[in-house]
Amino acid sequence: MPQWLHTFGDQYLMWNEGPLIWISDVLILLTGFGIVFVLTYFKKWGWLWREWLTTVDHKKIGIMYLIASLLMMFRGGVDALLLRTQLAVPNNHFLDAEHYDQIFTTHGTIMILFMAMPFIFALFNIAVPLQIGARDVAFPYLNAISFWLFFFGALLFNISFVFGGSPDAGWVSYPPLAGPEFDKGPGENFYLLALQISGIGSIGTGINFLATILKMRAPGMTLMRMPLFTWSVVATSLVIIFAFPALTVALALLLLDRIVGTHFFTMTHGGDPMMYINLFWIWGHPEVYIVIMPAFGVFSEVVATFSRKRVFGYTSMVTSLLLISVISFFVWAHHFFTMGAGADVNTFFAVASMAVAIPTGVKIFNWLFTMFRGRIRLELPMLWTIAFVPCFAIGGATGVMLAAAPADYQYHNSYFLIAHFHQVLIGGVVFGMLAGMYYWWPKMFGFKLDDRLGRCAFWFFNIGFYVCFMPQYALGFMGMQRRMYVYPANMGWNTLNLVSTIGAYLMGIGFLFIVAQILYSIRYGERDVTGDIWDGRTLEWSLPSPVPHYNFAVIPTITSRDAWWEMKQTGQTQALRPSADEIAPIHMPKNSGRPFILSACFFVAGFGFVFEWFWLAALGLLGVVICLILRAFEYDDEYHIPPHEVVETESALGRL
Amino acid sequence: MRSRTPRRMGAIGLTALALLFLATGCGPEYIVLNPAGPVGREELHLIELSTVLVLIVIVPVLALLAFIVIRYRDRPGSKAGYTPEWSESKWLEVVWWGVPIVIVGLLGYYTGKSTFALVQPPEKDVKPLTIQVTSLDWKWLFQYPGQKVATVNYCEIPTGVPVQFVLTSDAPMNSFWVPQLGGQEYTMPGMAMRLWLQADKPGSYFGTGANFTGKGFAHMHFQVVAKSDTEFNQWVKQVKSSSPALTMAGYNKLQQPGTMGTASYSSYPKNLFDKIVWKNGGRYMPNMMMDQGLDANMAGMSGMSSQTSKDSNAHS
Repeated sequence: MPQWLHTFGDQYLMWNEGPLIWISDVLILLTGFGIVFVLTYFKKWGWLWREWLTTVDHKKIGIMYLIASLLMMFRGGVDALLLRTQLAVPNNHFLDAEHYDQIFTTHGTIMILFMAMPFIFALFNIAVPLQIGARDVAFPYLNAISFWLFFFGALLFNISFVFGGSPDAGWVSYPPLAGPEFDKGPGENFYLLALQISGIGSIGTGINFLATILKMRAPGMTLMRMPLFTWSVVATSLVIIFAFPALTVALALLLLDRIVGTHFFTMTHGGDPMMYINLFWIWGHPEVYIVIMPAFGVFSEVVATFSRKRVFGYTSMVTSLLLISVISFFVWAHHFFTMGAGADVNTFFAVASMAVAIPTGVKIFNWLFTMFRGRIRLELPMLWTIAFVPCFAIGGATGVMLAAAPADYQYHNSYFLIAHFHQVLIGGVVFGMLAGMYYWWPKMFGFKLDDRLGRCAFWFFNIGFYVCFMPQYALGFMGMQRRMYVYPANMGWNTLNLVSTIGAYLMGIGFLFIVAQILYSIRYGERDVTGDIWDGRTLEWSLPSPVPHYNFAVIPTITSRDAWWEMKQTGQTQALRPSADEIAPIHMPKNSGRPFILSACFFVAGFGFVFEWFWLAALGLLGVVICLILRAFEYDDEYHIPPHEVVETESALGRL
Repeated sequence: MRSRTPRRMGAIGLTALALLFLATGCGPEYIVLNPAGPVGREELHLIELSTVLVLIVIVPVLALLAFIVIRYRDRPGSKAGYTPEWSESKWLEVVWWGVPIVIVGLLGYYTGKSTFALVQPPEKDVKPLTIQVTSLDWKWLFQYPGQKVATVNYCEIPTGVPVQFVLTSDAPMNSFWVPQLGGQEYTMPGMAMRLWLQADKPGSYFGTGANFTGKGFAHMHFQVVAKSDTEFNQWVKQVKSSSPALTMAGYNKLQQPGTMGTASYSSYPKNLFDKIVWKNGGRYMPNMMMDQGLDANMAGMSGMSSQTSKDSNAHS
């Protein structure tokens, strides 16, 4: 092998790290070739470009978000299993310190930013326009940009695994550990740029959905008639708009410290790492509400639908969402009670953090009383919702315990904390997103996911969850702290760690059942012929499944909350069926390949910055600028669907 | 069988918790729950109080959930009530807005009280002992300014005496945690921070770094050995007479990344701790240094390798 190839292989492809990397390389190449072969063999390249890469349709963008987040859940889950395997027994040699550090960093980052975020965006895209009676989002082109920025950000992050090396300073990436003095490799740059690129997309989504909901509701749908999922998206979008810029700034300044040599977060030359920590958590704590509030929205929809009852205390539900989004900005310092803030500061943030439990508790009771005197059907979405209640209640309770600052001196960075946030993030966000996925799956694809396999997944995942995380609370009380790749055998931690690892594998099996369920249901799942497979309450269930490209042939007029349910009760569903003479040309946005190309240019620029190949970065940024200029001079980006086409589609669906 | 789904789930959660906290919760290996000093005890009281308070909400939630899901499950011929339009009740909502507010008020009050109490020495009548702690990659350096001795990866303290740990780092930030004595505090480069702890009974207490600092982090454990006043003084005497001195060159070597066992030193360079804080950024915060009783004028500082300033410009 020539010397240059050898050097290149060791420096960038990490071939000197042994067979694990070689196997990964081979698998990635094989998968890549496989995809290219299939697309070429079935002549699907054009289809891929026309139908998906250039689409601005919110329903397709939602589906792409969903696929991406399930893939990322797989990657993050494999990371988790590697971590738990290493910790199954004391002083294990399965992973070394460097690999363990990289894996817990990528596990955390991927699960929050590349699994939870796209999952909530998937549901935003799939449900919101349909729930408010709109034909697309306010800015469909921006929506495509948001998705592709997320996609290329995630790609950049994942590439670090086989090219250059993964970040290893933890998902919070505190300087000085993540600064230029202690972390030289490109891994940390991958983290900063991948989050930066996908973060821009997230801000875009926040703005887009706030504008969509405020401006594009069907006539008669006042704010207080909106479905609660849509309300949760309002609250979430507000938090995104105010929180993400703080992350953008923190990442940008740390990147400057790393590649330009500025001193924002170094201690020498007058910088201060505490500023990074504050900025990070001013985003970071609202971020957990960003991912949990859409889950709250899903639960509100699911509970009402599957109890066949109006949601209890609608006004309280809205108030509590908005309260949570406000309080979320006053709790960030509870992530560092132990970093030397004064007793006054700690007390303020402790009480503010406990206060979040008040509106959250109210929501729990309102869900319970929505079920009370209802008719509860235990379909998959409802099953996950019911599982959420005890899980989140316990997780929330340990959250209140953590908020008591002096007690936090004992919990901080211990496995008690790990157990707490996994319980609220899995029990809250993941359960919620899965409930939402099962709930809207028939709307997206026109068939239901198989019940039996879904129940297997449910039980494996749930039992696995408790087996995995309950022991971790105990380990926290035993003094075990997070991020240790080995632990001593004489502390009494051995059994509980082994139990926890077994639980993690049970959850892994649960995930495999979900994959099996999806594959099985594509072929054998129950077809949704009515469009209202759950006997739903809100507008999206008035449409056929899957929904035609233009959503509503005629925009409905809304007269009450739970509009579709009311119409069914009063026998007025025909009012939503268009008549042929009512149908006017439908104004729609044109597809565009530019969001994809623009985001690819961001990727190239990011890649250049990672390795400090500034010529490549400049080239990428040039591409970005060209795309922006071309967009600025684009005037012909809309078209009309002629009425006869709409009539044909509607007739084929049997709705005329 | 399906009707029991949710009940079983609640039961699993509860049993798991109960098993953890009742069956095994009191064993000696639960060091946070077996404090050996007033600080750890104060924190444990708050842990207990908060547990009881949250249970006031959790137990009704779990019970209600089980009851509601069993009773109102949709099955043919169900005799349970069904009121699909009932969605408001002022007094019910007042209850579940009100009760959590009261609970948070109570817990908030006691939290504030504890928070302010813990920045004071646990005992005011006894003259406190000061130990300066520096976290390094990947070891702990303890200096005794009163006794002029130093140790690595262990320290000894007298029982019944409040100990003021002054914390800094000459490496990425770590956190200094001795669970049985009390909660942790970060060690941060360029800063000096204070943590009061006290041991009531003799023993050897597990201590650990609690904030990730890279490759050797998992090996940053240390022991805090508490013994009677006389034995503590004997130990100091013994270290003074039989251990080598820590020189500046010796410290620069300690500062290099790596793990090691324990060590004792009969003396250490004058103002070493002050210099460590100063060179890592304390110089930009002279008030903070003076508040912590450190020498903020280090213009003539010499002999110390300064990893930070050396590397910050050399990085490419």
